[in-house]
Amino acid sequence: MPEQILKIDKLNKYYGQHQVLYDISFEIQKGEVVALLGPSGSGKSTLIRCLNGLEQFQSGFLFFGGKQITPQEKNWPQLRQKIGMVFQSYDLFPNLSVLDNILLGPLKVQKRQRAEATAEALKLLQRVGLEKYAEVYPRQLSGGQKQRVAIVRALALHPELMLFDEVTASLDPEMVRGILEIIRELSERDNMTMIIVTHEMNFAAQIADRILFLEEGRILEQTPGKEFFQHAKTQRAREFLESMTF
Amino acid sequence: MDLSIMQQAIPQFVKAFELTLWLSFVGILGALLVGVCCSLLQYFKVPFLGKVASVYVELFRNTPLLIQLFFLYYAFPVIGIKLPAQVCGIIGLAFLGGSYMAEGFTGGFNGVSQSQLDAGKAIGLNKFQLARYVVFPQGFTLSVPALAANVIFLIKETSIFSVIAIPELTNTALDLVGLYYRSNEYLFMLVLAYAIILIPLSIILTILERKVRYGSFGN
Ligand SMILES: Nc1ncnc2c1ncn2[C@@H]1O[C@H](COP(=O)(O)OP(=O)(O)OP(=O)(O)O)[C@@H](O)[C@H]1O
Ligand SMILES: [Mg+2]
Repeated sequence: MPEQILKIDKLNKYYGQHQVLYDISFEIQKGEVVALLGPSGSGKSTLIRCLNGLEQFQSGFLFFGGKQITPQEKNWPQLRQKIGMVFQSYDLFPNLSVLDNILLGPLKVQKRQRAEATAEALKLLQRVGLEKYAEVYPRQLSGGQKQRVAIVRALALHPELMLFDEVTASLDPEMVRGILEIIRELSERDNMTMIIVTHEMNFAAQIADRILFLEEGRILEQTPGKEFFQHAKTQRAREFLESMTF
Repeated sequence: MDLSIMQQAIPQFVKAFELTLWLSFVGILGALLVGVCCSLLQYFKVPFLGKVASVYVELFRNTPLLIQLFFLYYAFPVIGIKLPAQVCGIIGLAFLGGSYMAEGFTGGFNGVSQSQLDAGKAIGLNKFQLARYVVFPQGFTLSVPALAANVIFLIKETSIFSVIAIPELTNTALDLVGLYYRSNEYLFMLVLAYAIILIPLSIILTILERKVRYGSFGN
């Protein structure tokens, strides 16, 4: 019996008068990897930002761990510990060292012991090959290194779900691979549940159990990963895939 | 210019110089305190008090120090509050400066990017933690140039204290001019005295600005 982590039902989102998400419904089971694909402006970022309360939605239902979450949920700070998010622009805190970036959540939000949290942070840094950079400030890191720290910062809170919004889009091509390897390992080794927005079609094809194809704020199709890339159901998705391959 | 006239006036200028420094120092300290408090009230949108702070900031930023001093020194005694001139000066400077400093801090806090706020929220920081660990440290750094400009501005504003007869630099110089009818010498000394305060200070502040900028930013 698969355990449902997140479910949304008929979610609608407006910016002012402008509707950007229409009746979005899907669910995600523990350990599943969902890739959110679609053209620019289709609402991918908006959708995953709704899932951890960075954007509010106007109607629809959101369930996390079986519990309903209202859009203005006061408990978002609590919930966000369980929903890690990594952004395209890394967004490390420039005033804190790498280690302090990672420890902020565990120490201040989760009130964990410094020694224990530090030990774990260092282990995570080692896992992404940055154990030597704990005391360094973000500006001294390359883009790829920053993004690895950002992933570690999210993992340090022991999330049950990870959201990735185009985390390789700002990176030099030779940095991309390392980040994608880390994400794949998270899925394969830790069985992490993930929603990934990406333009890396090969990566999505390899890692995603399921593809959500979004256009103009609507889910046009939800298709198992391999199948989507071999024969997508909708004409629009096929055109999109065509446009993405060179 | 007559050097001996200038020499004779040195003790008086030194006294005035010290007084100007002292009043500026206390007034600016007060201004920073008032400014921080107001901008915190505004940042957290504290009911009622946040609004009061906003009205105060607008009101004081848009009235001349001269008028504020007249109020404190000449109008307040009418309602039974009589304060020594120097106290009026410090209060005036603190509240005029407070409104500018509040704007400076608020500008810095607002300058922290949305993506930094998102990143902070995403790791579960609540409103106060976000302020404490993300917005204030970064926003303060961003506000340093404005605060530094305010410090210079406020020191220059102390010259207005002369109208309520505080013997600071400007008042002293004008007194001497009136007494001895030698304006060139005394005005030259006046300019020199301000330059001695302001030029090194502005160099120090520029260095400080650069320090904090490179200290925390520049991805
Ligand atoms: N803060 C905002 N205010 C108003 N409209 C917005 C805002 N953010 C996004 N939009 C609009 O919402 C729609 C969806 O944007 P979103 O950023 O979610 O798309 P996306 O699929 O992530 O695109 P991309 O692939 O370029 O990142 C777009 O039409 C965009 O213009
Ligand atoms: Mg996007």
